[in-house]
Amino acid sequence: MAAFLGWLSTLSPWLEIPIIIGVFLIAVAVLLFFIEIAPRAGRAYTIARLAACVIFPLAVMWILQSYWWAIAAAGVLGLLFFWLDQRARGGVGSLFQLFGFLAPALILLLVGLVLPVVQTLVQSMFNSRGDTFIGLDNFVWIFTQPQGIRTVVNTIVWVLIAPVVSTVIGLIYAYFIDKTRGEKVYKILVFLPMAISFVGASIIWRFMYTARPVDAEQIGFVNQIIVWLGGSPVPFLQVQPWNTLALIVVFIWIYTGFAMVVLSAAIKGVPTEQMEAAELDGANAYERFMNVVVPGIRPSLVVVLTTIAIASMKIFDIVRTMTAGANNTSVLANEMYQQFRSFEPGRSAAYAVILFILVLPLVIYNARQLKAQREVR
Amino acid sequence: MATTEEVVATTQAVTTTAKGGARPTLGDAKRRLTSPWATIAAIIIAAIWTIPTFGILVSSFRPRVEIQTTGWWTALQNWGWTTENYAEALNTSTGGLSLLGAFVNSFAITLPAAIIPLILATLAAYGFAWMEFRGRNLLFVLVFALQIVPIQMAFIPLLQLFARGELFGFPIIQAFSDQAGYAQVWIAHTIFGLPLAIFLLHNFIAQIPGEVIEAARVDGAGHGQIFFRIVLPLSMPAIASFAIFQFLWVWNDLLVALIFADGNVAPITKLLAQMVGQRGEDWHLLTAGAFIAIIVPLLVFLFLQRYFVRGLLAGSAKG
Repeated sequence: MAAFLGWLSTLSPWLEIPIIIGVFLIAVAVLLFFIEIAPRAGRAYTIARLAACVIFPLAVMWILQSYWWAIAAAGVLGLLFFWLDQRARGGVGSLFQLFGFLAPALILLLVGLVLPVVQTLVQSMFNSRGDTFIGLDNFVWIFTQPQGIRTVVNTIVWVLIAPVVSTVIGLIYAYFIDKTRGEKVYKILVFLPMAISFVGASIIWRFMYTARPVDAEQIGFVNQIIVWLGGSPVPFLQVQPWNTLALIVVFIWIYTGFAMVVLSAAIKGVPTEQMEAAELDGANAYERFMNVVVPGIRPSLVVVLTTIAIASMKIFDIVRTMTAGANNTSVLANEMYQQFRSFEPGRSAAYAVILFILVLPLVIYNARQLKAQREVR
Repeated sequence: MATTEEVVATTQAVTTTAKGGARPTLGDAKRRLTSPWATIAAIIIAAIWTIPTFGILVSSFRPRVEIQTTGWWTALQNWGWTTENYAEALNTSTGGLSLLGAFVNSFAITLPAAIIPLILATLAAYGFAWMEFRGRNLLFVLVFALQIVPIQMAFIPLLQLFARGELFGFPIIQAFSDQAGYAQVWIAHTIFGLPLAIFLLHNFIAQIPGEVIEAARVDGAGHGQIFFRIVLPLSMPAIASFAIFQFLWVWNDLLVALIFADGNVAPITKLLAQMVGQRGEDWHLLTAGAFIAIIVPLLVFLFLQRYFVRGLLAGSAKG
């Protein structure tokens, strides 16, 4: 495979795209063909199945150019699998079909996600060369460094501010945009940043924040407004601790559109009878909003809040592009990358583990909410 | 499309005990009363949200000196338009790779990295939805649970796997040489995209009426044919929305690119991030560069917005 990939990389990128996709589609077609003929009875099909059971694993191992013993093991596994498939409870070929559908994705997940996560957990307890077990020293190191504590605090600031502000703006906007003409256009305009990469957005906002000396003409729009209002330009990305807020603004700018779209869809689902009933009872617009709409879309609110909270906890691109963590703006994901770059895999892994631990409760809560909703339905 | 309206539909279900039937909703009532104040407020917020992007678009067409000395909002007074910034930006190279090359790289990374995980996920989703086997639910929950893992957790081991072919110190594959091209990024994005894709597509594929599949089975179709002839065509809407989602996600990604795409295969986001670090004050290059980088997702977004919103509503549980 290394040879194939090596050959592929000598081609023009425009050729590489169709070739790799084509090769992949052919592989899937072959797989589907074997899945289709798997349950058929008859000697020819049995032989085809036997061949597939053995040749597939052998071929995979050979393509990966693994070692000879691995290739041999794959062959033995294939034979074992063939034997199991012959006596499977679902009938001959049922196991074959099952593996055909599930194995490609599940093996990739196992090798590329599950095992690496375990390995990262282990690695976080080893020193930077990866040969000595040092227990929780990496974590101790993080929490005794002023920079490390700052990083954790910054991440928490992100999670406290970003989701709430973007959800609130998104919610208000979603609520009154219903009553406007040309709803769609305004929605697209607010939603647009969602399509822009964080890197693109960071450049856009770095430009917005640009500060020039007091006597010079401003080229950053935000500082120009400050000057127009009679203030003096502020170097937003350097003033601590407010520079973190300047970064959060970029994030909010992007995620408000997301909140608005999801919540707007939810608000449209609030039944009119409830609104009319509230109106008859003499509730004003604000009361109707707080007492009918907000409770009505509570599940969506939770999903939006937690989704944005998870995203803000993992925030990396904005910090990396705008300040690279300078002036005390670093966050966990950025520090994790920083340690990785300075060849400290142990500390890097420890940062990843902290991130994981912080994200975990939020995700579990989110998943439970979704599950609860499904059950109601 | 059922899965994608799930958030909406579930919200409805939670708020009312009555089910089914065409109920009048808030949306219908509101459309009758448009208020001028709301319109004004909407315009103001939409303007605030658009000004930053607009500013960078205007700036990218202004001569270098003008950008450095005057604000883009004075562009009408300080007349002067040029496309030179784009020409210069496309040829600016960082570490031997030009922005134009990186732009092409972004395509070469994004297209396979959007298509491959989708097809693998559709296969697995079909297996989970329409094949009976022991431990199916447990396995599916485990796959769902993988979404909670921040991808940072997998970086270092995965890189070791690519570079040395080892997992836990055991040789698994032959190490990728330096010439492996885009393969590392393709594989990484494929793996990271799989859990969400399997989950969403499963929700959709499981809702295909059982009678349709039963009928095909009676006609003698095996799993292979059912998948190819029935499930695949029927789930095209779901696949399309997720494809757009994954396309934008991969195109806009920086973190995976920083770690897995080195040297000549770096995508435009990585090159731009480096340019910010090295030439942070060259606004004529950065504005043009940023616009080149966002033009593709913007076009995809504007033309396929409907599908994107669907994917978003379905995927809003993404962790």
